[in-house]
Amino acid sequence: MADQAKFSDLAMEYMPSLYTAALRMTRNPSDAEDLVQETYLKAYRAFGGFTEGTNLKAWLYRILTNTYINAYRAKKRRPEESDIDDLENFYLYRRLGGLEGATAGRSAEDEVLDHFTETEVKEAIEALPEQFRMAVLLGDVEGFSYKEIAEILDVPIGTVMSRLHRGRRALQKRLYEFGRQRGLVPEREGTHG
Amino acid sequence: MDEHCIEAVELLYHYLDGELTDARRGLIQNHLDDCPPCFQAYDFEAELRIVVRQKCRDHVPESLMLRVAAALRDVEGDEE
Repeated sequence: MADQAKFSDLAMEYMPSLYTAALRMTRNPSDAEDLVQETYLKAYRAFGGFTEGTNLKAWLYRILTNTYINAYRAKKRRPEESDIDDLENFYLYRRLGGLEGATAGRSAEDEVLDHFTETEVKEAIEALPEQFRMAVLLGDVEGFSYKEIAEILDVPIGTVMSRLHRGRRALQKRLYEFGRQRGLVPEREGTHG
Repeated sequence: MDEHCIEAVELLYHYLDGELTDARRGLIQNHLDDCPPCFQAYDFEAELRIVVRQKCRDHVPESLMLRVAAALRDVEGDEE
């Protein structure tokens, strides 16, 4: 049984990461702020049911994602979220010419990554279909484990792996498109290796 | 690409996510030590993960922090 008086002391430090996730989910600063505020109010009311010593950040994320799914998502008209393409592993790396020959030290492929802007990375994530976007946010941006993501999203671990791995490859495809538009990466045919 | 490379490609994300058993992880690690192309490919994916994490951050507006703190004080007040 957690003490509600302690809630602010414990929970406020997670606001930057919750706000980032809220922005990527809602794709709108005003909705993101409302979502974060609602998450904190719900979490405060439910805090008596939180077991102290367990993962507070994951618990807050569960409330955030549920609130988003129940309220904010319904407001928006969205295209049918069919499955994304099945892409191979190392999608971006292959297209940057990797897997053809290794060189010592930090590779030219790695250096291309430095050129992506924050706006491009954020847009690439926001362009993912929602289920994949949430998995990538939780896994790659926040570093939650498969088990934690499964609990936050209330889906089986196999589903987490599928969404996360496919979402990552789709993210790489989007980054590759940005890179091509800006001339950072060469046009290439097919795959290598 | 030999069979070990194929396995390394398949287990890429499990490895980077720290979701392999120690034994399986050790096998992949041994392969990466011996296979520069696979090592470089893994290294690229690890760098990409860092870039995504670093470039996907937003500053919380101070107005939001104040708003949430005030909202929490309100509900605390209601319950006393």
